[in-house]
Amino acid sequence: MSTGTEPYVDDVVVDDAGQQESFLEVENLRVWFGTPRGMVRAVDGVDLQLRKGETLGVVGESGSGKSVLSRAIMKILAPNARVLDGSRIRLDGVDLATVNPKKNRHLWGVDLSMVFQDPMTSLTPVITVGKQLTETLRYHLDLDAKAARAEAVRLLRLVGIPEPEKRFDQYPHELSGGMRQRVTIALAISCSPKLLIADEPTTALDVTVQHQILNLLRDLQASSGMSMILITHDLGVVAGRTDNIAVMYAGRVVEMAPTRRLFSHMRHPYTRALIDAIPKLDHPSHTRLASIPGRPPTIVDPPPGCSFAARCPSAQDRCTKETPTLVTTPDSERHSAACFFPLGTPEGDVARRRNIEAGVTAAGTPVLSGVTV
Amino acid sequence: MTELVQQRPGPESVTEIEAPLEVFDEHVRPVRRRRDFGALFGVVWIALVALAALLAGVLPIPDPNEVTNSFSAMPSADHLLGTDAIGRDVLSRIIYGARVSMAVAIGATSLSLLIGVTIGMVAGYFRGAADATSSLFVNFMLAFPPLIFLIAVVTALQPGLLTLVVALALVGIPNFARVARANTIAFADREFVTAAKALGARPLRILTRELLVNVMLPILSLALVVMATLVVAEGSLSFLGVGVPPPTPSWGGMLAAGRESLSEEPQLVLVPALFFFLTVFSFNRLGDWARGRVGRESSI
Amino acid sequence: MAGSGTAHLRDEDDIVLSVRNLTVEYVGSRGERVFAVSDVSFDARRGETIGLVGESGCGKSSVAKAVMQLPAPTSGSIVLEGAEIAGVKGAALRRQRRKLQMIFQDPISSLNPLRKVKDIIAEGLRVQGGTSKKEVAARVQSMIERVGLDPDTAADRRPHEFSGGQCQRISIARAMVLDPEVLICDEPVSALDVSVQAQIMNLLEEMKERYQLTMVFIAHDLAVVKNLSDRIVVMYLGKVCEVADADDLFASPAHPYTRALAQSIPEPDPEAQIQEAALSGDLPSPLNPPTGCRFRTRCPLAQEICATDEPEVREVRPGRFAACHFPLDESATDEPPLDASADLDHSAERAVVA
Repeated sequence: MSTGTEPYVDDVVVDDAGQQESFLEVENLRVWFGTPRGMVRAVDGVDLQLRKGETLGVVGESGSGKSVLSRAIMKILAPNARVLDGSRIRLDGVDLATVNPKKNRHLWGVDLSMVFQDPMTSLTPVITVGKQLTETLRYHLDLDAKAARAEAVRLLRLVGIPEPEKRFDQYPHELSGGMRQRVTIALAISCSPKLLIADEPTTALDVTVQHQILNLLRDLQASSGMSMILITHDLGVVAGRTDNIAVMYAGRVVEMAPTRRLFSHMRHPYTRALIDAIPKLDHPSHTRLASIPGRPPTIVDPPPGCSFAARCPSAQDRCTKETPTLVTTPDSERHSAACFFPLGTPEGDVARRRNIEAGVTAAGTPVLSGVTV
Repeated sequence: MTELVQQRPGPESVTEIEAPLEVFDEHVRPVRRRRDFGALFGVVWIALVALAALLAGVLPIPDPNEVTNSFSAMPSADHLLGTDAIGRDVLSRIIYGARVSMAVAIGATSLSLLIGVTIGMVAGYFRGAADATSSLFVNFMLAFPPLIFLIAVVTALQPGLLTLVVALALVGIPNFARVARANTIAFADREFVTAAKALGARPLRILTRELLVNVMLPILSLALVVMATLVVAEGSLSFLGVGVPPPTPSWGGMLAAGRESLSEEPQLVLVPALFFFLTVFSFNRLGDWARGRVGRESSI
Repeated sequence: MAGSGTAHLRDEDDIVLSVRNLTVEYVGSRGERVFAVSDVSFDARRGETIGLVGESGCGKSSVAKAVMQLPAPTSGSIVLEGAEIAGVKGAALRRQRRKLQMIFQDPISSLNPLRKVKDIIAEGLRVQGGTSKKEVAARVQSMIERVGLDPDTAADRRPHEFSGGQCQRISIARAMVLDPEVLICDEPVSALDVSVQAQIMNLLEEMKERYQLTMVFIAHDLAVVKNLSDRIVVMYLGKVCEVADADDLFASPAHPYTRALAQSIPEPDPEAQIQEAALSGDLPSPLNPPTGCRFRTRCPLAQEICATDEPEVREVRPGRFAACHFPLDESATDEPPLDASADLDHSAERAVVA
């Protein structure tokens, strides 16, 4: 339980100078969607900071709001989305809400770019790979045809595509899934972005190809110094490849910490439950998994209380009545959790032990087998 | 610190607990605040026309073929929509004419749907030879200009309502066959059909229990549009004089009769034309509405 | 890889399912010949779970469909409780289907959107016949409960009112209501959220214990397969690479492909060493698979012989079967411990010097 080995806690008190250091700042972001059943709170008050050159992992299940968050930053939300007043996204000190995308065509696509889960989201099926790349280069960087071609071939080589001159004239459907994802990465980094958002970039790929793509992103980041947000449902993907991790649940960040610290000192019961639910290769076969009851919710008009309370083995009366906010943990400035009874604290242990003994939580949920203090 | 709670086997330990929150699909569509008044009008209008056609015999209206001595009269208390060139009550002829339009719309479309869907589903499910044969038939039908085909059939056979319904049904078959085939192919690829095969279900059972309902959703919206087309086709045939033989009233026949005195008594054309227009419009609007609904259903 | 051969098959009394020399080839949409599965063999004891693992295009799903006779394989033998089912048709096949059921990957697509849950689950009993209406209703009711749904509220609803995990429970109920001997699960949890995936995996384990079920479990996620399986078959491009007990396989892979897979898995542990790309390149096309060993184009250990001679599945160490000319030995992946022992030696030396 010591924090002595924590390499990422640089214990710089977050003062004004610290604020300056943040490259991307998201403040109280709220994105709601109008639906037949009412306003869905896809993102409901998210605060995030990302420093230059760092990688932030955003982890969550379906409906956690992780993709909506990235689309809000990219300003590519669906038409029925509403960004609520008071939401603020600042990139390098510039409030993105004040930037007109029509006048400032080179912010999105140059400073900010994105890689999607499905490569075909950013590739056009009827245009060759090379032409899609050169068009972007010519539009944003004003290159002439020859220079753009040379740069496109260089980019294709950079992302590890064999025979880039030949691939240049091929159509996306002639490439494998892994190659297509490499092309979209080439597109995304073509204008040297300062921030790259990768939304489930490897979910559709096989593990061996996933490994290659994740390594590619890591190498590109190391050489360019860009910041990166890696969005995924897979804690394994972010474990070795991020500086910080934000865990999202039901539209909110429930825990945020430097990566190593998050894994060694997880505070939020959801983070712990998520880890415990994953089968691990080094466990013997037929190890019973500690599953989480129920399923991730989508929130419409939430009653007061923690959105995880219904599934949480630690839930107490207070959790069903008050909504916890993200607060810094006492032992680290950079670790925060939104929980009244954090794991690894005396009150958290008492709460959980009480529920295990009662066999049921304050929310009326039976405590499943395998739940430990 | 790490005491393990005793595992409890049995169903209770896996019971899924619902979060006490509104829970539904993440990919929700935007709210459609406005009601579809066009479709609402369509339902009301078609219901009125169908009801009038059904109850024509008992409604307090004169006989459609009863000749009075007020020729081409304007609307009055005696004749709500006036009279035609030989003194027959226009409202009564419109209502009796609606019988022809409705018989065609419902009768011909049903017949056509029944045959077309059967052909299309068999072709789409079995593919191969069945598909090739039906494609040949469907393409043959489509290559024929429908009006010429209709005139040929109607003149070759005994003229009358039944002939008309059968001929129009034939014209409608390719539409239903194509849509049914395409949807059958799409659904036959879904895993629930594979699952039915894995349970040992025979093709007939799969076609009727698994595929039919799914194929019928888009087919029903198509049926409304086909109804509109067939009402127009019947009108055209009657207008050309090869539809229902006089003196049986029909909207197309009334249009044809009114054509000769169009400049002097335009109401004789305008009244049936208006009914024509509203009925076809209603069917089409309903078809559009149904197609929108089907889109939403199948996206679930 | 490339493994033909049947050295790993067991000659025992309690073999419930035995698949021998299974080959699936079909003609693709452009008239080309696709070699989906080439000469794959495996067997399963009663109550055992066989995991089939491999990346997309390795043919694992084609194996599942071929075993289910959906459609029948191009060639090969599938023996279920002593009876050959490959090529069996009509009523005889229908009777066998009662013993052999399947769960699919897509929880939404595998349920008819317009049928009620109780009808979906009852379908198997109705198709198979011989069960009275009352009995069908009772068995459906108890099966809904057994998969963890509330029979009173679930029975009359349609699939779109359920979440992915609940739909998968309905699929399991549909298969289990026939009380099959063998259950084939084709990626049953890969479309589910992590928290729900664990629920379904636990449910499958419970079903297996309760009904003495033999399972063939197919997935691309190695950790998921390992958790549920007793014995694992690793496949690559339509061939068997390696067969081993679940607990041994990834600890000491014998086939270079198995090792590459194991090294590619992102472990939820920030301290884990991230390997440089374990494998380069993409999967070759199944239209024109490489000669010799099919893995040789991506194998770091490939030699000339790998292009000319196809390796057969053989016992490379006790209980370990692999199709490779140059199988890895048990210590091949233990590089860190080797380094550690070197350090230990040094410190021992220093201690001695001191």
